[in-house]
Amino acid sequence: MDLLYKIFVDPFLQMGAAPDLLVQTLWEGLVAGVLYSLIALGFVLIFKASGVFNFAQGIMVVFAALTLVGLHEHGVPAFVALALTIAVMFCLAFAVERLILRPLVNQPDIILFMATFGLTYFLIGFGELIFGGETKIMIADQLWLPRGAIELKMAGGFVSIQKIDIAAAIIASLMVAGLAIFFQRTRIGRALRAVADSHRAALSVGISLEQIWVIVWFAAGLVALTTGIMWGARSDVSFALDVIALKALPVLILGGLTSIPGAIVGGLIIGVGEKLGEFYWGPLMGSGIESWFAYVIALIFLLFRPQGLFGERIIERI
Amino acid sequence: MRAAGGPDVAVGGVLLSVENVSLAFGGVKAVSDVSFDIRKGEIRAIIGPNGAGKTSMLNIINGFYHPQKGRITFKGETRAKMRPHDAAYRGIARTFQNVALFRGMTALDNIMAGRTLKMHSNFFWQLLRYGPAMREETEHRHRVEEIIDFLKIQEIRRVPVGRLPYGLQKRVELGRALAMEPDLLLLDEPMAGMNLEEKEDMSRFVLDVNDHYGTTIALIEHDMGVVMDVSDRVVVLDHGIKIADGTPGEVKSNQAVIDAYLGVAH
Amino acid sequence: MLYREAGQFKTSYAADAAVFPILQDRIGLAVILFIAAVIIPWFGSSFLIQAVMIPFLIFSLAAIGLNLLTGYTGLLSLGTGAFMGVGAYACYKLTTYFPDVNIIIWIAASGFFSAAIGVLFGLPSLRIKGFYLAVATLAAQFFLSWCFIRQPWFYNYNVSGAIEVPTRSLFGVPITGATATDTTRYFVVLGFVVVMTWIASNLVHGRIGRMWMAVRDMDLAAELTGIRLLPTKLLAFATSSFYCGVAGALLVFLWYGGAEPAVFDVNLSFFILFMVIIGGLGSLTGSFFGAALIFIMPIVLRYFPPKLGIPIHPATVEHIQYMIIGALIVLFLIAEPAGLARLWQIGKQKLRVWPFPY
Repeated sequence: MDLLYKIFVDPFLQMGAAPDLLVQTLWEGLVAGVLYSLIALGFVLIFKASGVFNFAQGIMVVFAALTLVGLHEHGVPAFVALALTIAVMFCLAFAVERLILRPLVNQPDIILFMATFGLTYFLIGFGELIFGGETKIMIADQLWLPRGAIELKMAGGFVSIQKIDIAAAIIASLMVAGLAIFFQRTRIGRALRAVADSHRAALSVGISLEQIWVIVWFAAGLVALTTGIMWGARSDVSFALDVIALKALPVLILGGLTSIPGAIVGGLIIGVGEKLGEFYWGPLMGSGIESWFAYVIALIFLLFRPQGLFGERIIERI
Repeated sequence: MRAAGGPDVAVGGVLLSVENVSLAFGGVKAVSDVSFDIRKGEIRAIIGPNGAGKTSMLNIINGFYHPQKGRITFKGETRAKMRPHDAAYRGIARTFQNVALFRGMTALDNIMAGRTLKMHSNFFWQLLRYGPAMREETEHRHRVEEIIDFLKIQEIRRVPVGRLPYGLQKRVELGRALAMEPDLLLLDEPMAGMNLEEKEDMSRFVLDVNDHYGTTIALIEHDMGVVMDVSDRVVVLDHGIKIADGTPGEVKSNQAVIDAYLGVAH
Repeated sequence: MLYREAGQFKTSYAADAAVFPILQDRIGLAVILFIAAVIIPWFGSSFLIQAVMIPFLIFSLAAIGLNLLTGYTGLLSLGTGAFMGVGAYACYKLTTYFPDVNIIIWIAASGFFSAAIGVLFGLPSLRIKGFYLAVATLAAQFFLSWCFIRQPWFYNYNVSGAIEVPTRSLFGVPITGATATDTTRYFVVLGFVVVMTWIASNLVHGRIGRMWMAVRDMDLAAELTGIRLLPTKLLAFATSSFYCGVAGALLVFLWYGGAEPAVFDVNLSFFILFMVIIGGLGSLTGSFFGAALIFIMPIVLRYFPPKLGIPIHPATVEHIQYMIIGALIVLFLIAEPAGLARLWQIGKQKLRVWPFPY
C-alpha cells in the first residue's frame, strides 16, 4: 500500500508542491529531447533514403565535434575550422558510400546494420587516435553562441533557462524547417523521396543511387555536426556522447524509423519522460534510472505498436 | 501415411471443404464467396488468370490468412482461426511459389526439418545426443532417405540449398513437405520457371506422390497441359469468384473459363 | 594427400550423422585436446595461461552462447554483457549464502539464473524481430547494468561497489580466490568449456539445431513445418543466456578474481558480438576463432612492437585495436559473412584435394 502510494501518488504531489521545479524539469527534458531528436533525425534521413540503420550516427556526432575542436586547438580560426569540418563530413559520407554501402548493396538489412557497428568502432578508434581521448571544451564562444542564463520568475518560484538551450531549440527548428523545404521543393529532395520509396523505381528514372547516398550521409553528417556543437556547448565533448547517442534508438522506436515528425515528437517525449522519471521517481529506485528508462518506454511501445507513433506498418507477405 | 490428429476419412470422401469463404484486404476483395471441396485421394487443380485469388485461397487453407466470412472443414472438423503450425499438426503441408527453403541448411537438413513434427525425444537426451535422441535421429533419417530416393536427389544431400539450381530446390521443397506425411499437400505453382523436361519430371513426381503415398493434392498451376494431364478435378477462379468446377474436360470447354483466360470483359 | 575422405565409408546412418565423420578431423580434435590439456599446462608460462588461455576460453564460451542465439537462431542480441553479469552475480550471491556448497555447482547453477532472465527479456521476440528485438535486448543490457551498479544487494553492500571472490576449493585444492594457482583455474575453465562445447555441438547437430536454423532462415516456413516459434525462440534465449551466465561466473571467479559492475557493460556485449561475426555466425568453431582474434590481437599489438623496437603507447594500442576491429567487421561482412569459420572450411576443402588444385 505504502509502495503504491509512493509510486502513484507522491510524485504528483511533489510536482504540485513546487511547480517552478516542475517547469524547470520539463524545460530540461525538452532541451534534452531536442538533442535526441536531432540525433534521431540523422538516423531517419539515412534510413529513409538507403534503408540502412546507421548505428554510427551517434559517433558521427562526437567525431564531428571532435574534428571541429581539434582543428581549432591546432590554431585554425573558428569559422574556418567549421568549414573544414563540413568538408571532412563530406569526405566521410563519400568514404562510407564507397567502402561500405556499395559493396553491401544487396545484402539483408541486418548485415548493413552490423556493418555500421564496425563503422562505429572504427570511428571511435580513429577519432581517439587523431584527437586524443581527453574531454574537450566546445568552442561555443568562438562560434558566437550565447552564454549565460535567463532567470524567469514564474510558477511561484524561479526557472533558470540557459541561453544556449534556447539557441539549440531555435537552430534545431531551423534545421528541420530547412530539411523539410529541401525535401519538398528542390530537385534533389524529390530524388531523395523517390529513393526512399523504391530503389528500383528511382534507378529506372535515372536517379543515381550512389550520389543520393553520398548526399544523404552528408546531410546526416551536417545534422551530426550541429548536434555535436550544441551538445558539446552544454556539456563538453567526450566519447561519452556516443552512449547518449544510443538513446536515439528508443526515440526512433517511439517515433517510427521513417518519420521526421516522429523523430521530433519522439525525441521530446523521451526527453521529457526521462527527466520527469529521473527526478520524481528516480529516488525511489536508487537514481540513475535515466540509463534505461527510455528503453523501457520504447520496449512497452514495441509490444503494442511496433511501427511507432508515426511509422508505417510493416506487412509481411509470402 | 497418416498425419496426427483428426479422424480418418475414407478414400473418395470429402477431406477438405471450403464453404462460402470471403477474404478482403482493406478494399481489395481477394476471394468472394467461394465454395468447393477436395476429396480424399484426388488431385485437385486450382486455376485461373493472374490475380484470381488462387494463392490467397491456399493461404487460407493453411492458416496464414483468416477469412472474414465462411468456414473451412478439414477431416470433419470445422475450425475458426488456425495458426500455420496447427495446419502442420493436422496434416496439411505446403510448397511455395518462391521456394521457401531454409537457405542456410543442406538439402538433407531441410527435409529432416520436415520431420520435426514427429520427433519427440526430450531436451535432456538432445543435450547428450545419445540414447533416444540418437535412435530417433537415425529412424527419421531412414524415412527421409526414402523420400530422397523417391525424388532422386541423392547426390545433393549435403549441398546447401542456396547453391542448388531452381528445379532441384523445388524438388527439395517437395521433399520437405512429404517428410511431414501430410493428408493434404498444397502445391503453389510447382512447375513455375521450369523447362519442359523439368515439368515432366515434376508432373511424374506429383502423380507418384498421389499414387504411392495416397496423399491428397491441391495444386495451383498455370500450364494447362499439366493441369489436364495430372488433375482429377479442377476449380477455376477469376477475380476471386469461382467460375467453374469439374473434371478437366468439363472445365476446358466451359465458355466462362475461356472468356476469363482470353480476357473478355465481363 | 593427407586430408582425404576416400576409403572412409559409413555403414550406418548413425555413423554418417557423426559430428566429425572424417577420420582426420577426429585426429585433429584429439591433438587439440591433448595440447590444451597436457602441453599448455605443463609447458606454458604463467603469463600464457593467466593472460591468454583462461580468458580466451571464457570468451569463447560466451561467444558460443551468443552464437546459438544470433548465429543459429537469427535473433540479434546486444545484451550479452548483462547476461554474463547475471551469471557472475548469481554465483556470487549463491556462494555468499551457501559457502559450503561446491563452487562448481554454483557456477553451473548460475547459468540457470541467467537463462531465466534471458527468457524474460526474450518474450518480446514473439511480436518483434530484427533491429527492434536488438533494441529490446539493449533495454535488458542497460537495466541490468544499472542494477549491478545501483542495487547494493548485488555486491553485498560493499562500499566500493565491487565484488571480491572468496576462496573456494575442490577436493582440497583451492580453485578460486587469491591462493588458487593459474594452472588449477585453467583446468577448471577448460573442463567447463570442453563439456559445454560438446553439449552445444550435440544440440546444433540435432533436431533443436535444425529448428533454430529454420526459424533463422524463414520463420513463416518453419511454422508451416510444425515448428512452434515462441518456444523455439525462448529455448534459444534460455540456452544462450545459460552459456553466457556460466561464462560470466567463470570470468569473475576464475579469471579476474573480482569484478566491478562496469565490466558487464554494453561494450562487452559488442565485443562478444564482434567475436561471433568475425568468427562466423552459426559456427561453433568460429566462436573460438573469433575469440582468438579479438582477444589475442590487442595482446599482440601491445607486446610485439616494443620487441621490434617500435615504441607504442598503451592508449594508442586501444585506439588501433578499435580501428582494426571496426575495419575487420566491415571487411568480413563484405567478403566472407560466414567469417573465419568459412575461411577455415575453404582451407580444408583445398586441403582435401591437395596437392591437386581441384
